[in-house]
Amino acid sequence: MTERIGVYVCHCGTNIAGVVDVVEVSKWAGEKLAANGVVISRDYKFMCSSLGQELIQKDIQELGLTRVVVAACSPHLHEATFRNACKQAGLNPYLCELVSIREQDSWVHTDKVAATEKAKAIIAGGVARVAHHEALEPLRVPIHPDTLVVGGGIAGIQAALEVADAGFHVYLVEREPSIGGHMAQFDKTFPTLDCSACILTPKMVQVGSHPNITLLTWSEVTKVDGYVGNFVVTINKKARYIKTEDCTGCGICWEKCPWKVVDEVFEAGLGNRKAVYTPFPQAVPKYPVIDAPNCAYFLKGTCKACEKFCPTGAIDFNQKDETISVPVGNIILATGYDLFDAKRIPQYGYGRFDNVYTNLEFERLCNAAGPTSGNIVLRDGKTVPKTVGIVHCVGSRDENYNIYCSSICCMQSLKFAHLVHERTGAEVYNFYIDMRTPSKGYEEFYRRLLDEGTHFVRGKVAEISDFARLPEEEGKLIVQVEDTLIGKQRRIPVDMVILSAGMQPRHDAKEVGKLFGIACSADGWYIERHPKLDPVATMTEGVFIAGCVQGPKDIPASVAQGAGAAARVLGKIQQKEISLEPVRASVDEQKCSGCRICNDLCPFGAILFHEDRMVSEVNPALCQGCGTCVAACPAGAMSGTVFSNEQILSQIEGLLLLTVNGKKAEAVTA
Amino acid sequence: MTDQFEPTVIGFTCNWCSYRAADTAGTARMKYAPNIRLIRLMCSGRLDPTFVFKAFADGADGVLISGCHPGDCHYVEQNFKALRRFILMKRVLVQMGVEPGRLKLLWASAAEGAMFAAEINKFVEEIRKLGPLNWGKDEGGRMKDEISSFITHPSSFGEEVPA
Amino acid sequence: MKQYAYYPGCSLESLAKDYQLSTKEVARALDLELKEIEDWNCCGATAYFPVDEMLAYTLVARNLAIAEKTGLTDFVAPCSACFKNAYYTNAYLKKDPDLAEHINFALEEDHLHVDGKLNVRHLIEVILEDVGLEEIKTKAVHPLKGLRVAPYYGCQLLRPRKDHENVENPRFFEELLSAIGAEPLEYSSKARCCGASLIITNRRAALEMVRILLKDAIDHEADVIATTCPMCNVNLEVYQNQVNQEFGTQYSIPVMYFTQLMGMALNIPSRRLGITKEPVPKAQVPVPS
Repeated sequence: MTERIGVYVCHCGTNIAGVVDVVEVSKWAGEKLAANGVVISRDYKFMCSSLGQELIQKDIQELGLTRVVVAACSPHLHEATFRNACKQAGLNPYLCELVSIREQDSWVHTDKVAATEKAKAIIAGGVARVAHHEALEPLRVPIHPDTLVVGGGIAGIQAALEVADAGFHVYLVEREPSIGGHMAQFDKTFPTLDCSACILTPKMVQVGSHPNITLLTWSEVTKVDGYVGNFVVTINKKARYIKTEDCTGCGICWEKCPWKVVDEVFEAGLGNRKAVYTPFPQAVPKYPVIDAPNCAYFLKGTCKACEKFCPTGAIDFNQKDETISVPVGNIILATGYDLFDAKRIPQYGYGRFDNVYTNLEFERLCNAAGPTSGNIVLRDGKTVPKTVGIVHCVGSRDENYNIYCSSICCMQSLKFAHLVHERTGAEVYNFYIDMRTPSKGYEEFYRRLLDEGTHFVRGKVAEISDFARLPEEEGKLIVQVEDTLIGKQRRIPVDMVILSAGMQPRHDAKEVGKLFGIACSADGWYIERHPKLDPVATMTEGVFIAGCVQGPKDIPASVAQGAGAAARVLGKIQQKEISLEPVRASVDEQKCSGCRICNDLCPFGAILFHEDRMVSEVNPALCQGCGTCVAACPAGAMSGTVFSNEQILSQIEGLLLLTVNGKKAEAVTA
Repeated sequence: MTDQFEPTVIGFTCNWCSYRAADTAGTARMKYAPNIRLIRLMCSGRLDPTFVFKAFADGADGVLISGCHPGDCHYVEQNFKALRRFILMKRVLVQMGVEPGRLKLLWASAAEGAMFAAEINKFVEEIRKLGPLNWGKDEGGRMKDEISSFITHPSSFGEEVPA
Repeated sequence: MKQYAYYPGCSLESLAKDYQLSTKEVARALDLELKEIEDWNCCGATAYFPVDEMLAYTLVARNLAIAEKTGLTDFVAPCSACFKNAYYTNAYLKKDPDLAEHINFALEEDHLHVDGKLNVRHLIEVILEDVGLEEIKTKAVHPLKGLRVAPYYGCQLLRPRKDHENVENPRFFEELLSAIGAEPLEYSSKARCCGASLIITNRRAALEMVRILLKDAIDHEADVIATTCPMCNVNLEVYQNQVNQEFGTQYSIPVMYFTQLMGMALNIPSRRLGITKEPVPKAQVPVPS
């Protein structure tokens, strides 16, 4: 045995030491694995601390260690730490192996004897494996300085502006005709009550006119190829039927268009738009789109009113979808959220009773630019409500729908209460489960509402019905709720109900995630690299997330994440190149028989075949290191670094050194 | 530790989903049987059938192969290759006289720690019921030796196995 | 012809003979063979469970055991209370081996054994799922055009359906009524409790519950209330006079079993549907021509 191996067993405080007898494990490794090259075995309270790392470094230098095995937490947590420590001590970082005796052992087992024996086996596996490690250098690939931002809501806008302001080019792709997202639909923003459009519009204009931003609205990403630093993104620009180079955004076309369509997106079904339209007056870009499925010309072949009246001749009914592809180094996904469908809770009567509104409908209702010019009136268009009930947690914190808290509904409902009170003088009832106002200035806003005389009823609303039991309930909507603070069932007749429907992941979040190679959690939100320490990165290098795609959040948090994701991207761009794990396959041409089995197995097209020499070759820039070809090669010509056959076969031997009871393993041949 | 049979199970996990499922189970302190020992691969597609036979030959009573759910593979579709090999390996095991139930395939996403832990418990119990892997008197013993012989690699753990 | 283990329940033998008659007529017309199980007993109704749960389950389980012995897979009850009790008992038998053991210990006296393997269904469910709306539409040669019907689900029909139906705003009764040409009306109280046996123990409270249902249906201009349960039917129909006395109202609205309405649409003579046997005014039922 030529390798000199050091074994380091971490206590992790009591996280490991509480279940695994670390002292015994370390002693065992030092004695029993000496024949396998272990020259030193130590245990230490916290291996990842600087003192712990120094321990390893000192041994590398003084004992001349050629391999290091650390038994501690999951390699996903601290592999980089220990590799780095080895590197600093002059040992190639890939000669260090971190084996997990915490996530895979002490945290999941209660039987201390079995856990200790398992730790020994895991270390034996690591020792056996590490002997076959090779010294490797990380692969370095250049990073393309351009960035793709998907989603033009406030998070995407912020991210795009940050990157563009730093001097790098951004492609901002938005599915709708204009950027702005949900924030553009809102009336006021809590808790300061400044007008949403007033603070958003300047940012939208900045995006529209920024020299470093290519704005692609009415467009969708259809394909993503490549990897961090070198993505190639295919984008479908849907036909607008408007020549944008000629359009001045004067608005004559939508003035003249004779066809009205219910605007389900921007006006949440409360108002109409024309068949040629921009969603709202401050839209960026200013060019309209023609809604072909609802346009008279496309349906019947006649009309063309817009074309007739357009002063610059910018209408083009023959426009086709256009596909472009752009190279980018990094991607930020900020595709936002969908509103929970309140119809899924039939007992709340949304869709059955006219005067039950969703929060988004109400935002439009009280917006000065909305369908009622900001007048809070019932569905008949004229009656001002005298009493309004606001129901919190609709579809959130409910085991039947979504278990999570949508985090903004309390504050949004308080904002609604204030607006209703201020503009109509109506009595307002807020029905809440718990009041959650945790950010800056939020609790103060809640107190202000308490002083304004809003009624707060703590209890989950059971039902909203139109059935009057008592004369004063006639013609009203009756909110049936248990007031849990006084322990009584109450029936509260109101004129209008606002349902604070929660947030949920975009209906196509899963497919979009697949496109970009990132995964959704059980709830459907995209999974961040680390929930606390890395909330904007994902498991896929070069793909970042910002805003509500990661989970429900309010505007300040979305803006912070947009800026955070941009900072991460800028950091990457500034590095100019990126190191990739040298987990790659390679072909031993001597052994390759040219059967080409591997060629078709590779999903990345990384294996080329040299017809002249009849051998295959792996392009390391395209290889992602999955190792499928290595497993498939019938000639054993393909090998994979970091997970070579020798490494894994040895690890199997090591792991099976001991049985569960710590006895020497042997197969039964009775 | 009671007298009941304690099987040893080797689990092959992929770096992106199933190993992270195990991490998730760990972080949430979900308990499962200590009989399983995990090996991390980059992808379930990396699983060379040799690894499985090697594990059985070296004393494992059961082998778990686990990867991302179909459609969720980090490497697009390599878990399907694992699925094909799994089906093939089961057939080979039958021919070798080994109960095919000793090999299990499990799809697990990074979020499914609880499911992963529960499935491990279930599998360990199934193997416990099957009893120790018995290679049989003559035919099986020869088979085991043959398996060991066709898996050639520089062994670091020769005959000198410490107790 | 599909066969079903049919459990009529006590009410259909006495108070709700008309339900029994119409059920049998409609089943025949729709090719459903309801084979009444032998020597069945009371389901415990709403009263027995709070008194002694274990005995109540055993009582129900006896019926299930008899039905299981027939080898038929589907257990059908036309009464919502019977249905609910049988459904839950059957489900718990499957889920709780301890309960099953206790019950089987008791049933041994009667040389019976129960596994909880039946498919427990309400009559309306069987008609909707096994016959289907299309078939009903074809067979409804006498569609009840213009008849405004308040579909009254009650509560016990819906609760066990929680795993596969929208219990808060079900639609299947409306669909059935539409299939026979009637006009189902939308009203809020369709799944509220009728008061059930509270009418005996707290008359006023129960009458208030009945009043709510009557008022809501009448406010929505119902011609008739359709029910799926003898208990609901009785409370809504027989107690109308008492509601009027208690609350000074003038309600008078016919209440009919859904099978009776179906029978009318299937062109079965009203005598055979038991329509003449009802205790409260029938004159108002505007039998459409």
